Amino acid sequence: MYGGGYIFDEPNKRQLKEEQLHDDPAKLAEFEARIARGEKIEPGDWMPSEYRRQLIRLIEQHAHSEIIGALPEGTWITRAPGFKRKLALIAKVQDEIGHGQLLYNAAETLGKSREAMINDLLSGKSKYSNVFNYPAETWADVTVIGFLIDAAAIVNQVANAKGSYGPYCRALERICYEESFHLKQGHDAFIELATGTPAQKQMLQDALDRWWQPIMHFFGPPDKASVHSQKLMEWKVKMASNDDMRNQFLDMYVPKIRELGMTLPDPELKKDETTGKWSYTDPDWDLFKKVINGGGPCNVERLQVRQWAEEHGRWVRKALMNPNAAKVAPVA
Amino acid sequence: MDQPHHSLDPRVNRLHLPESGGPVEVQEGENWNSFEVFHQEKRGAHHEHVGCVHAPNAQLALVFAKEQFARRKKCVNLWVVRSSDILAFNAEDEDMFANNAEKTYRDASGFKVMEKINQFKKSTNDKK
Repeated sequence: MYGGGYIFDEPNKRQLKEEQLHDDPAKLAEFEARIARGEKIEPGDWMPSEYRRQLIRLIEQHAHSEIIGALPEGTWITRAPGFKRKLALIAKVQDEIGHGQLLYNAAETLGKSREAMINDLLSGKSKYSNVFNYPAETWADVTVIGFLIDAAAIVNQVANAKGSYGPYCRALERICYEESFHLKQGHDAFIELATGTPAQKQMLQDALDRWWQPIMHFFGPPDKASVHSQKLMEWKVKMASNDDMRNQFLDMYVPKIRELGMTLPDPELKKDETTGKWSYTDPDWDLFKKVINGGGPCNVERLQVRQWAEEHGRWVRKALMNPNAAKVAPVA
Repeated sequence: MDQPHHSLDPRVNRLHLPESGGPVEVQEGENWNSFEVFHQEKRGAHHEHVGCVHAPNAQLALVFAKEQFARRKKCVNLWVVRSSDILAFNAEDEDMFANNAEKTYRDASGFKVMEKINQFKKSTNDKK
C-alpha cells in the first residue's frame, strides 16, 4: 500500500509561485530537457523549487499513508481467522511500516527531516490517504482493504515508479515487489469469503458496500475539478490523471469482483466497450473533503494512537541517542 | 475518549491509552541518524547499495538493516556506513565521465585482429 492517487495540497501554500519565478531559466531548461530525455533526477542535482516542494509533499504523504494504513489492519492481527492468515497479516503490516521508512528516507533526500515530517503528521498539517479514516469493522473489511485498496495503490505506485525522481523510483520498485504479495493474499482471502458460507458471503458483501465509496474516492477528484497542473505531468511528478487511474483500476478489478458473484452498490457502474471508459455515479466529493479535513469516523483515533506511540516510545529513542552525532540526510 | 464509532483497536478499547498530554512534538535528532545499507546476495557477489536506515549507532543500524532489507530475498551479509562518511563527486560534474571517442585504444573493440588475419590468409592462398 498505499500511495493514494490524490495528494492533498493546502490551498494557502501556493505562494511559492513567486519563488518559482526566480529559478534560473537556463538551469530550468537543462532540467526539463533531462526529464524529457527520460533521465532520472538525483538528490545532488539542481531542481526547481516547485519540483522539490511537490515531491516532498507527494512522498511524505505516501509515507504517512503507509504508517497510518497499518493501523486498521494491525488491529485485526489478534483476531485473524487462523494461523496462516495471522502470519500473512503480520508480514503485510510489517511490510507497510517498512515502506513508510523507505519513503521517509526518499523524502529526506529532498531536505525535509524525518522529525519535521512526523511532527506535521501529528499536528494534522500533513495528510495521509483518506481511506484510512474509515474503520475495519469486520474481517471482511480487512479482506476488502487487502485486496482492493492495495490493488488501487498498486495502480498508482506502478505509475509513479516511472517518475523522474531517482530515490522515489528506487523505493517504489522495492515496494511494488512486496505489494504483489499483499494483493495476492488479499485476493485469496477475498475468494475464500466469496465462495464460503452464506454468512461469509453476506459479511463480504456488506464490507464491499461500505468500502465502495472510499475506494472511488481513492484516486481523488475528477480531472475536470483537479488543480494539478500540466507542469507536474511534464516534470514526471504526477504520472497519470486521477480519472485515468480510476478507470484502469475499475477495468482490472470490477470483473474480478463480479466473477465471484459479488455486487457493487452502484447501478450506473458499467463499461462502454467502444471507448473502454467506465461510467459510474459520481461519489460524494463534499464528503471526501469533509473526511480529509478531520470529519471522518477515525481521524481522531488514528492520530491519537500515533501520538501515543511517539510519546511512549520516546524514552527508548532517547536512551539510545548518541548526543555527539551531527545530523545528516541520506545520500541516495 | 469520545469516538464517533466503537473502536476495535486493542490499544484503545482494552489498554485504554491515556489521553495525550497535549500536542506531541518530536525533537530534531530524536529519530537518530542515517546509515547507508549494502546488501550481499550470495557469497562471491559484490555488496550492493539498497537504501538506508535510521539508527542511533552502527550496531543497531545492522539490526534494522536486516529487518528492512533482508527479511525476504536471499542475503548472506550486510554492510552499513554512516551517510555522512560517503564521499561523492558533485552530480553536476557528470560530464567528466563522458567517454572520449578517441579512447578506443582502451576497448577490445579498438583492435581489429580478424581483418588482418583474413587478409594474411587470403594473400598466402593467392600465392599457392
